[in-house]
Amino acid sequence: MLRRFVAVVVLGFAALLTVLSGQASAEGEQIIGTLQTGRSGPIEGVTITVETTGGDEVGTDQTDSDGRFAIELPDGAGDYVVTLDADDLPDGVILREGGAERRITVGANRTQPVAFGIGDGSLRQASANIEILQRTLEGIRFGLLIAMAAVGLSLIFGTTGLVNFAHGELVAIGAVIAWFLNVDAGIPLIPATVAAIALGAVVGAINELGLWRPLRNRGTGLVAMLVISIGLSLALRYVLQIVFGGRARAYVSFQGQSATSYGVIRITDKDLFSIALSLAVLILVALMLQKTKVGKAMRAVADNRDLASSSGINVDRVILFVWMLGGALATLGGVLFGLSDQVSWDMGFQLLLLMFAGVVLGGLGTAYGALVGSLIVGIFVQVSTIVIPDETKYVGGLLLLIVILVVRPSGILGARARIG
Amino acid sequence: MQQVLDVLIISTKAFFGPLAVFYALMAIGLNVHFGYTGLLNFGQIGFAMLGGFGIAISVTTYGLPFAVGVLVGLLAAVLFALLLGLPTLRLRADYLAIVTIAAAEILRLLFRSVSATPITGATRGLSGFSGDFYALSPFETSARYTILGARWSGRELWVVSVGWTLVALGCLAVWLLMRSPWGRVIKAIREDEDAARSLGKNVYAYKMQSLILGGIFGALGGMIYALATSSANPDQYQSANTFLAYAALILGGTARVLGPVIGAMIFWFLLAFTESGLVELTGADGIIPPEILSSTDVAQIRFVLVGLGLMTLLIFRPQGIFGDRREVMLDAR
Repeated sequence: MLRRFVAVVVLGFAALLTVLSGQASAEGEQIIGTLQTGRSGPIEGVTITVETTGGDEVGTDQTDSDGRFAIELPDGAGDYVVTLDADDLPDGVILREGGAERRITVGANRTQPVAFGIGDGSLRQASANIEILQRTLEGIRFGLLIAMAAVGLSLIFGTTGLVNFAHGELVAIGAVIAWFLNVDAGIPLIPATVAAIALGAVVGAINELGLWRPLRNRGTGLVAMLVISIGLSLALRYVLQIVFGGRARAYVSFQGQSATSYGVIRITDKDLFSIALSLAVLILVALMLQKTKVGKAMRAVADNRDLASSSGINVDRVILFVWMLGGALATLGGVLFGLSDQVSWDMGFQLLLLMFAGVVLGGLGTAYGALVGSLIVGIFVQVSTIVIPDETKYVGGLLLLIVILVVRPSGILGARARIG
Repeated sequence: MQQVLDVLIISTKAFFGPLAVFYALMAIGLNVHFGYTGLLNFGQIGFAMLGGFGIAISVTTYGLPFAVGVLVGLLAAVLFALLLGLPTLRLRADYLAIVTIAAAEILRLLFRSVSATPITGATRGLSGFSGDFYALSPFETSARYTILGARWSGRELWVVSVGWTLVALGCLAVWLLMRSPWGRVIKAIREDEDAARSLGKNVYAYKMQSLILGGIFGALGGMIYALATSSANPDQYQSANTFLAYAALILGGTARVLGPVIGAMIFWFLLAFTESGLVELTGADGIIPPEILSSTDVAQIRFVLVGLGLMTLLIFRPQGIFGDRREVMLDAR
């Protein structure tokens, strides 16, 4: 069932993230939304009016250059009617299903996103095949992003046996560091990201040196370490919420790009850049694992720790390197996720389960398995939005995780070891 | 001085409050799973959500009687346990953890999706299902009672009495079960699964029964929670809650009948104590300046403290207050 067209960007993912975090911490009520389509990009200057159900005007706003609007609700929580002035839409952009009026209910202290279905008509005749192609491309971008974060998770499991539930926080911390450098300190995003990656490696090293290495030396059991990583994840996640705030926020650079056409497929420059960068980085990681001494040592430790140790490999140093690599890659993944969606305090947890899905699908503990698995999960999640609503798209990825455990628990590239 | 007293009164109320009941029931379930059987169930909140929404959907959406709602909630939990257990109970502990947390998250995402609005109310949730429950109350629901300086409404008293009765019955059931032959097999599976299997025990079936039993406790907890708040909203059932229940369980001591109950009570006393204490300290005439910690951040501090507490407990005292270190399933993989 072709429910939606690519060109219809119903609402910014930003709005979805605000809902997902579940607790907009702002005082007062607000209605927000974004108007944009694939071809026109963000639409500026459209008047949005909010009325009470009785017909009294509460507030009005015009969309800004990013296509966003925000209207404060001085009367507080309740039912409202939001109207879009269709005459303000540029030529070629039309209202789709649902029309120009939305009835919504705003809860106390909530920032309520409103979605208008608008389309530029360009893909009206698009065939299902092109739709799948387009979604696959988005899926490749998303999958590569998951893969970057997941390679570290898988290598950490492979070398230490730890299932690190706090790995998502490495992603979020990296993205937040880059956000502060980019927005507060005014550094352009690319140098800010480079700095954040370095700091992310340091965060990974602190993880290993400050917590996990002492625990390993004490002989703490693996299940205990797993639960400790959950404690760490909870603590870090909510420290992030205190430091960063409950709202999702965007980087200042590369906002509001409109898509360029390449034949039948349309993609924004930043998404294309994201794909290219992830591919390049992952190939470099693969080359490092394959060709360099430390990479071979990593694979050796992951394969058989005792054997590696007795062959003269300094296992602790290799594990430290794995943590630094994991922290750096997670940061880069986080920045790319923040760029395509937005930066939020709980982005790490959202990504964590998909990372697990990718890693398990590929085979726990293998670096290349994480890569392949994540790519499949990313594509599956994006392509599944053709049939299921956008907001439930992560469900597909998680179901895939359960199905693969039934069919082949060791994963695609994992050895057929007994894990039951 | 008055402020200290206020903080103590609020904390004492939390010691017996509906949230303590909710987490005690979830933790009793987790104790069956993790403490006795060694199943690392990270999706307990999914069972709680099914319990709460079982009542809410039956009563509010379909207009069925309250008792049917309770049955539906319990049946849903049993069904969820079966669905979850079939593919996963053969897996190692860490895999089971990942799958169960993913399953709970799937449930929450489905319940809160816009397409589920006619049934679950999506992000707005459901309300107006607790009338029949409060109609049974022997306490005057609108009256106020003062106990130990804290003021309780008749509604709260009724929820809490039903809740603690369930907790007591649950503990009794667990105590009886764990000294039965069934309980001995369950504990044997925790200690050495292969040994239990070699003695001809159907390990898979026992694990499944344990998963169902613990899941029912989770569902009962979710029902008490939904009735206490008179609303059911998918976002109340975040995965973090499972870990709060784990923290309560480990604090009290795993594989002890009363461990999860006492753990949950102390847990909520400590949480309410730090929270109301911090609210006083960060308030208008408090001593912590808002640049360091504003009063809106106090709610988040709760989770930070729980996280740090969980880590500290597992590192320094994994058996909690009452547990026996030899009985804590933490070294296996």
